[in-house]
Amino acid sequence: MSLDSRIPEGPLSDKWTNHKNNIRLVNPANKRNIDVIVVGTGLAGGSASATLAELGYNVKAFCYQDSPRRAHSIAAQGGINAAKNYQGDGDSVYRLFYDTIKGGDYRSREANTYRLAEVSTNIIDQCVAQGVPFARDYGGLLDNRSFGGVLVSRTFYAKGQTGQQLLLGAYSAMNRQIAKGKIQMYNRHEMLDVVKVDGKARGIIARNLVTGEIERHSAHAVVLASGGYGNVFFLSTNAMGSNVTAAWKAHRRGAYMANPCYTQIHPTCIPVHGTQQSKLTLMSESLRNDGRIWVPKKKEDAEAVRAGRLKPTAIKEEDRDYYLERRYPSFGNLVPRDVASRAAKERCDAGYGVVDNDTKEGVFLDFSSAIERYGKEEAHVKGLKNPTKEDIQRLGKNVIESKYGNLFEMYQQITDENPYETPMKIYPAVHYTMGGIWVDYNLMTTVPGLYAIGEANFSDHGANRLGASALMQGLADGYFVLPYTIGDYLADDIRTGKIPTDTPEFEEAERNVRDQIDRLVNNNGSKTVDYFHKKLGLIMWNKVGMARTKEGLNEAINEIAALREEFWKEVRIPGTAEELNQELEKAGRVADFLELGELFARDALEREESCGGHFREEYKTEEGEALRRDDEFAYVSSWEFTGKPSEAILHKEDLQFDNVELKTRSYK
Amino acid sequence: MSTAKGMKLTLKVWRQKNAESKGNLETYELEDVSPDSSFLEMLDILNDGLIQKGETPVEFDHDCREGICGSCSLYINGEPHGPGRRITTCQLHMRSFNDGDTIYVEPWRAKAFPVIKDLVVDRSAFDRIQHAGGYISVNTSGNTQDANAIPVEKENADQAFDAATCIGCGACVAACKNASASLFVSAKISQYALLPQGQVEAKDRVQNMVKQAQEEGFGPCSNTGACEIECPKGISLENIARMNREYLAASLAK
Ligand SMILES: Cc1cc2nc3c(=O)[nH]c(=O)nc-3n(C[C@H](O)[C@H](O)[C@H](O)COP(=O)(O)OP(=O)(O)OC[C@H]3O[C@@H](n4cnc5c(N)ncnc54)[C@H](O)[C@@H]3O)c2cc1C
Ligand code: SF4
Ligand code: FES
Repeated sequence: MSLDSRIPEGPLSDKWTNHKNNIRLVNPANKRNIDVIVVGTGLAGGSASATLAELGYNVKAFCYQDSPRRAHSIAAQGGINAAKNYQGDGDSVYRLFYDTIKGGDYRSREANTYRLAEVSTNIIDQCVAQGVPFARDYGGLLDNRSFGGVLVSRTFYAKGQTGQQLLLGAYSAMNRQIAKGKIQMYNRHEMLDVVKVDGKARGIIARNLVTGEIERHSAHAVVLASGGYGNVFFLSTNAMGSNVTAAWKAHRRGAYMANPCYTQIHPTCIPVHGTQQSKLTLMSESLRNDGRIWVPKKKEDAEAVRAGRLKPTAIKEEDRDYYLERRYPSFGNLVPRDVASRAAKERCDAGYGVVDNDTKEGVFLDFSSAIERYGKEEAHVKGLKNPTKEDIQRLGKNVIESKYGNLFEMYQQITDENPYETPMKIYPAVHYTMGGIWVDYNLMTTVPGLYAIGEANFSDHGANRLGASALMQGLADGYFVLPYTIGDYLADDIRTGKIPTDTPEFEEAERNVRDQIDRLVNNNGSKTVDYFHKKLGLIMWNKVGMARTKEGLNEAINEIAALREEFWKEVRIPGTAEELNQELEKAGRVADFLELGELFARDALEREESCGGHFREEYKTEEGEALRRDDEFAYVSSWEFTGKPSEAILHKEDLQFDNVELKTRSYK
Repeated sequence: MSTAKGMKLTLKVWRQKNAESKGNLETYELEDVSPDSSFLEMLDILNDGLIQKGETPVEFDHDCREGICGSCSLYINGEPHGPGRRITTCQLHMRSFNDGDTIYVEPWRAKAFPVIKDLVVDRSAFDRIQHAGGYISVNTSGNTQDANAIPVEKENADQAFDAATCIGCGACVAACKNASASLFVSAKISQYALLPQGQVEAKDRVQNMVKQAQEEGFGPCSNTGACEIECPKGISLENIARMNREYLAASLAK
């Protein structure tokens, strides 16, 4: 099957408007006869469910948590971008588009990215109308902050809880429709298969996680909004339940997976503390505005710090290596995420890591210079003639507290160290997946009637996502794009009538799901699910993580395949399938991660270049920077499932750049 | 990080097979728990051991493990979310306990939050209260007015935000001797009452949400303030006062 991205004709800035004018619509009376399933209630799924219901469709929404409000979008901290230009600093739709394309290292589609920038302004209006309490200035107007990799202030925020506030906004819009009976909400339900009838997506099989019942649900179209798959690494900043299952089951039914190897590894997370650790915590990117990143210059100092014999504060200025400032004098500590992460890894691999964990992975994020600088400024403002050292420290700490107080508190809570007195320790962690299900301009997958939105699709961020752009994309897809484009497809279904579930297709899909569950609960193995998940995570982190080589990737492919085999022989699931059984839920997810992991590594192997979050050791400049190979690799890798990950077929969607010039990113 | 040696603990954990069965406290011994582990990681260790021994693990709700999703919900040594202040169970670390401690772990107890299994309870009553009025009736058409068209006084915006940070965990209910949901309901009422966008439907909202809370079986508020102390997000009692004013005003207007 060839890939048709269905990008509308015409100039970039007119494409979306023209498209909206030309696509088919479903009239309100007919919408009542059409059912849509939405899997996921994060920003993407929540906003889509609410809007589709408002338009008149009958929506069935699913989430695995006990309430739609708990989807992982809730955890986003920093903010959401929009080209409002409220600050009058020269922002525009074009600039947001350009920043996103460049930030993505020229591996995203121009038309999609432009549309995202275009609808971004509506998002803020919408959210404010819903009562989302964004930060405001003393004049009562909306406040903005700036984020990494850009030159304007376009990020809207609600303290460190922007994702929470936006999600509660979408949740409230859902609640209104639930109250009207237009959305039927299925909490504690997990989708375990897509059902296709005559080649079209016509329903799903879901498991009621409380009773264990396997249920058939039919609809005229199915929307996947199931989030990202960073948990293939076991340790990540994602929620414990974040998974690839919905996407992977769709992949197995014919939806292509695009660029699975594009992963964002966030530079500022709290390092791993030990083998009992279950997840990693992000420290907001905003800290890099004032924190300076360093490791000791001398290996023996690094060793002494790890052994607890030397305090970082006792290391003299000249014995510190501020490696980002050294390597990237113009951007310094504010280089993009992928660059900062790789540089930390480089130092730790060379033996300069400062954390006493198995892998000695960790670097310092130090606020002492900022405390001193702010302290002196404040003393000056307050007219203190000869401020003492203590005065300066106290005043400086107050400023830092007002800016980052909640983050410092969170850090201390987790590590039991006071970051006002001693530098924070940080290390990169898996955070976001740019890859995902392939979709066309209408957000439809390669299966007719099956759509993918939010982090679950691959569409807008290329090989690296800019900060504060995932929330924007989720809401753009759900509020403003999908509700239009889905009509074009559903226009054919106004006379179809209810889709029956007592058909061979539903039968087959249900049997498929039951077989896997039976196999898992009856397996008489001896190892826990986590045993396999942790092993998979280590392979992924060491060989398919921040720096990848041909050799390592080939090893990873073999090791993952072998681990998968062992999993099916040795895994042990306690309890039964007819009750709440979280081990069984985890097992199903890990089984899918074990397939995805292999495809992920294959995708990384096939892409013989370095771009954004994908770094191949073989393809770098003399200075160790990423080397893109536009003439050969300016395409989207889309994988078709044919039975096994090792036999997936690669389809290439060539990327055309008519409006921006391809350049090498430089942050020196 | 810390190289302190592992802790030895005795756990008394509520086990209940399903909603119908009667539960009881089971005793478990754990060795070598790192003080740097979180409370939920400690339960992971317990479960790992139980599975290895062929026993069924303890079920508990959790997802984000960073204090924001509101999934985790344990009653630890008689306190919702355990001994810490302004934190959720998932943010509690084992260094808050001593080597050799006995720790009691139970589910939220409230008529409106029936136990599903072990430590997992059904909090869907909270969702139904939100369905009764926890929204502003505006369509997501994209035709709304510009976000800066109506300025909002910073103080009101900040207070609305503070109220809006409720994570819907239910600790306030678990802490209350009447199992009242007043703090939770008032947080939503306050958020909208403080914003111009929320005014139009204010009267119906407060009446419908309060009525729904009663129907779900949550008790009345008798102002003991236990909820505010245990709330991981520091939702203030002032919100309950505001809700009561709104309720009174709505009743008088009828
Ligand atoms: C710690 C953290 C901080 C972040 N900060 C920012 C930020 O400041 N700005 C920004 O722009 N982005 C940020 N991001 C990224 C952003 O939050 C996510 O990319 C985005 O919220 C994803 O939204 P979503 O709707 O696609 O998926 P999610 O919010 O992950 O929702 C997934 C939904 O799918 C459901 N689901 C999944 N699988 C199944 C299944 N099999 N069956 C049924 N239901 C299922 C879940 O229940 C859930 O409802 C951050 C991410 C993290 C982890
Ligand atoms: S008010 Fe506090 S305790 Fe009650 S649900 Fe909200 S966050 Fe939890
Ligand atoms: S697990 Fe999300 S708040 Fe505790």
